[in-house]
Amino acid sequence: MVKFSDDKLAKVQEIIRRYPEGKQKSALIPVLHLAQESFGGWLDVPVMDYVAELLNITPIEVYEVATFYTMFNLRPVGKHVLEVCVTGPCMINGSDDIIAYIREKLGIGPGETTADGMFTLKPAECLGACGYAPMMQLGKHYREHLTREKVDQIIEECRKQA
Amino acid sequence: MGVKLLLENAHIEGIRYYETYRKHGGYRAVEKALKMAPNDVVEEVKKSGLRGRGGAGFPTGMKWSFLAKPEGVPRYLVCNADESEPGTFKDRYLMEFLPHLLIEGLIVSSYALGSNSTYIYIRGEYAWIPDILEQAIAEAKQNGWLGKNIQGSGFDLEIYVQRGAGAYICGEETALIESLEGKRGNPRIKPPFPAIKGLWDCPTVVNNVETLSAVVPIMNIGGEEYAKIGVGRSTGTKLISACGNINKPGVYEIDMTISVEEFIYSDEYCGGIKGGKRLKACIPGGSSVPILPANLLLKTAKGETRYMNYESLSDGGFATGSMMGSGGFIVLDEDQCVVKHTMTLAHFYNHESCGQCSPCREGTGWMYKILKNIEYGKGKMSDIDLLWDIQRKIEGNTICPLGDAAAWPVAAAIRHFRDEFEWHITHPEEAVKRNFGLAHYADPLKVPEAV
Repeated sequence: MVKFSDDKLAKVQEIIRRYPEGKQKSALIPVLHLAQESFGGWLDVPVMDYVAELLNITPIEVYEVATFYTMFNLRPVGKHVLEVCVTGPCMINGSDDIIAYIREKLGIGPGETTADGMFTLKPAECLGACGYAPMMQLGKHYREHLTREKVDQIIEECRKQA
Repeated sequence: MGVKLLLENAHIEGIRYYETYRKHGGYRAVEKALKMAPNDVVEEVKKSGLRGRGGAGFPTGMKWSFLAKPEGVPRYLVCNADESEPGTFKDRYLMEFLPHLLIEGLIVSSYALGSNSTYIYIRGEYAWIPDILEQAIAEAKQNGWLGKNIQGSGFDLEIYVQRGAGAYICGEETALIESLEGKRGNPRIKPPFPAIKGLWDCPTVVNNVETLSAVVPIMNIGGEEYAKIGVGRSTGTKLISACGNINKPGVYEIDMTISVEEFIYSDEYCGGIKGGKRLKACIPGGSSVPILPANLLLKTAKGETRYMNYESLSDGGFATGSMMGSGGFIVLDEDQCVVKHTMTLAHFYNHESCGQCSPCREGTGWMYKILKNIEYGKGKMSDIDLLWDIQRKIEGNTICPLGDAAAWPVAAAIRHFRDEFEWHITHPEEAVKRNFGLAHYADPLKVPEAV
């Protein structure tokens, strides 16, 4: 059974109160973020149906949104998602090499997850860190000025957390 | 050193927190505004000549004056913090280091417009910034700058932060509103404009983070004084986020009187090209604006010095000029490949097209595929004209400006670097191994003869 913890449910209510009465659909994107964090890093259909029920909207309204925004994962992902920016400014500063290095080191291509379920490589479009390129998003934070050595450190760090 | 209005205090330790911000003159703009009539605040912004800092450069005071004010209907201010234009990272800097400046600007602007609930819509990837903003909001509230009856003025205001979830298109104001309503980010057909029918069908103003932050110095020094800074219709200061092959990438505040050459080569700003290389090209205002070769970047087609302001950067129109845009300044050195760079941008726009309009949905994909073929040595000479034809058919034929934004970079790359495209096609094996190089793109331009 998919269900938020009590404090998460309280958070959902707090989010809904930000909007005028009857406009609780506005809470959809924030609640989907909360759901993705709470239920394994991706949005399975029962999770989306649960969110629909919570916000008193139809499931299709949730699917429409979940499929539109790239941050919502519709398939399982690794414990750590390495989202490497590949747009222009990162490309001219060597993002191709970072992708190639991760591929070589972890044996996964773009969109793939390691067999142990630890890492997913997800090429990303511009993340607004162009002056600190090349970069990746890892969870909530950015890792900038990437080099092969920094990628080694990041992977090591993630493995230690396991 | 140029004038600093936004980043003047950015170096002060602890400026992110209320006590320090207040000690250095913070919230004076709110004190001043609350003693004025809301319309007088709008007038002050009009006098300042402030233009939207998100990319379009539309006069902010004028945008505010379009806001409909029907009796009994709430009005909303929405802060556009969906900064996603490749090359642009200035709003992130403001929110991360000077959150109270934005909150202060939002209070003044909300008061001017009569918004009692104001939303900051921030791109989802800036996942750590909502915490910073929410802390600043809580501090402001504790100190009586938000909530009910602010400073005894009778004005009520709450500010909420809402995260997006990864969609460039949500930087377009009507797509942003849709997203804030919990829907896909599909831009709306205009009219009606948000000023009449915006968030939840109520009159709404959507402004960029930098624009709303600039309202603070405008209140502090007065609109007329603000308008004296800069040149012509480029008043005040502008944040430029510089990146690419330069020695000192970062966010700089300029007063729009400096030349492009000074901005790139002076130690106060970009500090020159990395590794002592030569400048090949630059996209001066975010990935959507036309790329210029070095010779047209530093000087206009008439041979005059080009300056970092709205008018000078667009001198020559799209034939020989570009745009100020969002201030995302991307510098390419002599070793960069314009075809490949354009290909990554075409991929970006294809990925970010919302899919409503067929010219954009289909055209962006076609452009990416053709550019990919050319880049990887599989292009045909006719592909260049085909690309030109596609971009022309996208431009102006879509609901929102994403279509134009996707078309312009391709058009400008072909316009100025056609020989580089041709070289890729005639030298397919060499093109996968090395880049075309600087070629003649930095040669002095022949000054056109007087017509």
